[in-house]
Amino acid sequence: MPVVPGAGDEIPLETWLHWLAMSRQRGARSAALGLTVRRVPTTIPSRNAGQLRRRLVVGLLVLASLVLISISFRSGETGPLSGVESAGATALRPFAVGLERVAQPFRDGYSWADGLLTAQSEAERLREENRELLQRAIQSEFALQENTYLRAQLNYIDSPRFPADFNPVVAEVTGRPAGAFTQAIVIAAGSSDGVRLNDPVVTADGLVGVVTRVTPSLARVQLLTDESAAASATDLRTDATGIVRHARGTRETLVLDRVRKEDVVRVKDEVVTAGWRAGALSSLFPKGIPIGKVTSVGQTDTDLFQQVQVDPYVDFGALDSVIVLVPTDRR
Amino acid sequence: MTATIWLRALAVAFVAAMLQVVIVSSIVVGGGAPDILLVTVVALGLLRGAIPGAVLGFVGGLVVDVSTLGTLGVTSLVLTLAGFWAGRYGETTRRARRLAPLLAVGSITLLAGVFGFILHYLLDEDVVARHALVTALAPAFVMNLILALPVHRLVRRVVGEELRAEPSAEVEVLV
Repeated sequence: MPVVPGAGDEIPLETWLHWLAMSRQRGARSAALGLTVRRVPTTIPSRNAGQLRRRLVVGLLVLASLVLISISFRSGETGPLSGVESAGATALRPFAVGLERVAQPFRDGYSWADGLLTAQSEAERLREENRELLQRAIQSEFALQENTYLRAQLNYIDSPRFPADFNPVVAEVTGRPAGAFTQAIVIAAGSSDGVRLNDPVVTADGLVGVVTRVTPSLARVQLLTDESAAASATDLRTDATGIVRHARGTRETLVLDRVRKEDVVRVKDEVVTAGWRAGALSSLFPKGIPIGKVTSVGQTDTDLFQQVQVDPYVDFGALDSVIVLVPTDRR
Repeated sequence: MTATIWLRALAVAFVAAMLQVVIVSSIVVGGGAPDILLVTVVALGLLRGAIPGAVLGFVGGLVVDVSTLGTLGVTSLVLTLAGFWAGRYGETTRRARRLAPLLAVGSITLLAGVFGFILHYLLDEDVVARHALVTALAPAFVMNLILALPVHRLVRRVVGEELRAEPSAEVEVLV
């Protein structure tokens, strides 16, 4: 007798399993008994019902999603769903916090491990960044100093202290003495800028030296601290005259030599260039350029002149730029 | 599917959604983060069928949207379809195949990524295609594949597997 379920009937799973088991047993038995077993197709309506239900559910869910998207997107933060969403988020918040607390040790562990893995490259990057920042800081410091220095030079040029009948040629110092024996600098100005041999060189602080060699774009300046340099000078307060030159055995100390014993020179007196003129001859340096301050005065019975030490105003070891005094009549 | 199984499956989807929101989204490796909720929904679909897959995807997506205060329905829509497709794949293409979770997760990750991108684009949100479809999707794809088998195993342990006796044939005994 054929076993056929009614069309559209829902068949429990247990029944299906039972039938399947039975069909296998029947297969063996019917083969033994010579019975014919024939499989028949499933009833179409039950399959269609399953498909329909599936499509209905997913269609409803998609529709619900689209409705939610539409309402949520159109209404923004003030729409009807915002309250629901806010309440939902509030309700979910404890779960999130709890999970967060549970996960925090693992997250810390992950961060720690990740930090270990990336620490080396990170350290190298930070070192490189540090080097770069240090370079920038140094450059900024240099720029600041240079700015201050140049501003002082500019103020000096514009001030009444700047010698008349001279034009300034401001030049950057590009080279320095290689050893203790050569007290000279190389500046980035030459004959093309109007610089000539024996032009005096100053800064806003005072006398620097004299140009001893000129090329079209560069010039060498012999500093006042050089062994062979000398400049006629005078005590600004007492008019005592002498010759400023390098003090032997020291690096940046000057002496005011050839000051007669009867002239009065005192400590802290200011020494400036004398700027003499005798007929066609004249001093290389204009009158009144500051040189330094007297630090000591001494004399012995046997010496013909006083021994006057002068501390120069110019820091010869920190020259960044100088001003070459070019006579106006030459230009 | 009994009520107990439904409750378990809902709990699994809920936990996966919260994990995704709280923890997994922040694990960015190579520009992308894994999507454990998607992997879980795919596993649920494979194991329990298309309807549970779609429903659980919808619920999980809704939890994510609510928790992140995003546009409601966006993640729901993506995961509804993901769960449904996974379920259909399992129903029609022999879920017992060993590589079924990998194939399902891989293909659905790509499809969900593209679909999500299109959806956000249609919603006029600022989405960079290169980032969404290459930078973020490629690592997410790899990580989802890595998660696929363990998550599938775990989900199967919790919610079991639908015993499906295909009613494709009936037996008629002719005496």
